[in-house]
Amino acid sequence: MKFPEDCLYTKQHEWVKVKGDTATVGITDYAQKELGDVVFVELPKVGDTFDTNEPFGNVESVKAVSEVFCPVAGEVLEVNQDLVSSPEWVNTDPYGDAWFVKLKVTDPEEFKELFNSEEYEEYVAEESAE
Amino acid sequence: MNFISPLKKTKLNQVHKQLGAKMAEFAGWEMPIEYSGIIQEHLAVRNSAGLFDISHMGEITIRGPESLELLQDVTCNDVSRLKDGQVQYSALLFANGTFVDDILVHQLSSGYYFICVNASNTDKDFKWICEHNHFDAEVKDVSDQYTQLAIQGPHACKILQTIVNIDLTSVKYYWCQRGKVDGVESLISRTGYTGEDGFEIYFPPEFSAQIWTHLLERGAGEDLLPAGLGARNTLRLEAKMALYGHEISEEITPWEADLAWIVKLEKGDFIGRTTLVQQQQHGINKKLVGFEMEGKGIAREGHAVFIDGQPVGRVTSGGPAPYLRKNLGLAYVPITHALVGTSLEIQIRANLVRARIVETPFYKRKKSRRTVS
Repeated sequence: MKFPEDCLYTKQHEWVKVKGDTATVGITDYAQKELGDVVFVELPKVGDTFDTNEPFGNVESVKAVSEVFCPVAGEVLEVNQDLVSSPEWVNTDPYGDAWFVKLKVTDPEEFKELFNSEEYEEYVAEESAE
Repeated sequence: MNFISPLKKTKLNQVHKQLGAKMAEFAGWEMPIEYSGIIQEHLAVRNSAGLFDISHMGEITIRGPESLELLQDVTCNDVSRLKDGQVQYSALLFANGTFVDDILVHQLSSGYYFICVNASNTDKDFKWICEHNHFDAEVKDVSDQYTQLAIQGPHACKILQTIVNIDLTSVKYYWCQRGKVDGVESLISRTGYTGEDGFEIYFPPEFSAQIWTHLLERGAGEDLLPAGLGARNTLRLEAKMALYGHEISEEITPWEADLAWIVKLEKGDFIGRTTLVQQQQHGINKKLVGFEMEGKGIAREGHAVFIDGQPVGRVTSGGPAPYLRKNLGLAYVPITHALVGTSLEIQIRANLVRARIVETPFYKRKKSRRTVS
């Protein structure tokens, strides 16, 4: 399972890549493995704003529907329309092609609340041991 | 103190885990949901073959001089039509005509029947049959004595043939025969829950790992994959086979469930017949239909169904159909609207998404495949 070091992570298994005050968001390798074959992705519109931990989209596998939560408050700058037509990328390239949205972050201080790669890996180990 | 009863495990539990299966609870059992992925497993069954552990299913035997009379009383199909070695899809009904369970009746010989029932209903079915056993017949719950595997798909016959001592081409669809699988006395039945040709085999649990492993080895060159309950569910949905607790339940009758073909009123009295006759005379209010999503979205169990802006029912099963590459569902709608071509809307989260009633089964295998061996 992959936990790239250039990402920050949430308890709900989203990853965040930070560049200045923009954040690219997707779901983690662990999340896609738990979901199984992803067949549908629903994304917000450019200009939508979300609070921290507010659901901004949905990802559906053959079996299950999951909400995707906004790791930090912000405004949607860009959405990955290609992912809508190729939802299977969530399984094949969760940290690359399968990014969901780019956000303009309201308060970059919020990044401090997120896990780094090592902390997230520990968190996943604990969660999957339960 | 812990009041949660531990999950039951099939004899193959460790084997599944070693294969990397994702395990989850189903009907009180810890079962494999998927191994390599539901889509891949689903396509393997349609194009080559899949192997399922379905040992959670229950088995009940009925033996004795009046076992036919008992079965004619507690089931709605006509058991007297069966010849030795023939299998029949049927149901146990309550007096009000609704489902106790849907079942498979195997006539092993005159006066000896082997019934396969749903895992979640095994105790209920056994009690129900015993309560109505006013006949010279012995009813036994033999679920613990069997492992049940299903090998399904166009290559199933060829793979299984390499490991059995009977000629499988002589076993027709919905017939069964006793024979040895990998040297082990088994019941081999040409039945399934996938819409494909295939077999369900029943044998003593101590041989589970041996037979499972040998079948996977024999099938390696035929693209046989281990398949979980996830694929089993998407396969049965494509084939529009009912799932207890979803399409059929204690609130649904066979007329409503589009299962009139398993009701034989002319066979004489049986439990539920009086109500079914009345319902037939008065007509039913709702009926099970299959629909295909036209708008973007996946219908799921429980989603509300709308016709002309009015809520009319709920989705009983829904999801993506990996082989047909469509999003499909089943739902009860008013009989007045249960026509192919009728437009529906399915409420998916905040949106109403367009769907249309279509012919079922959604998927039907080509007939030539049945005899491929």
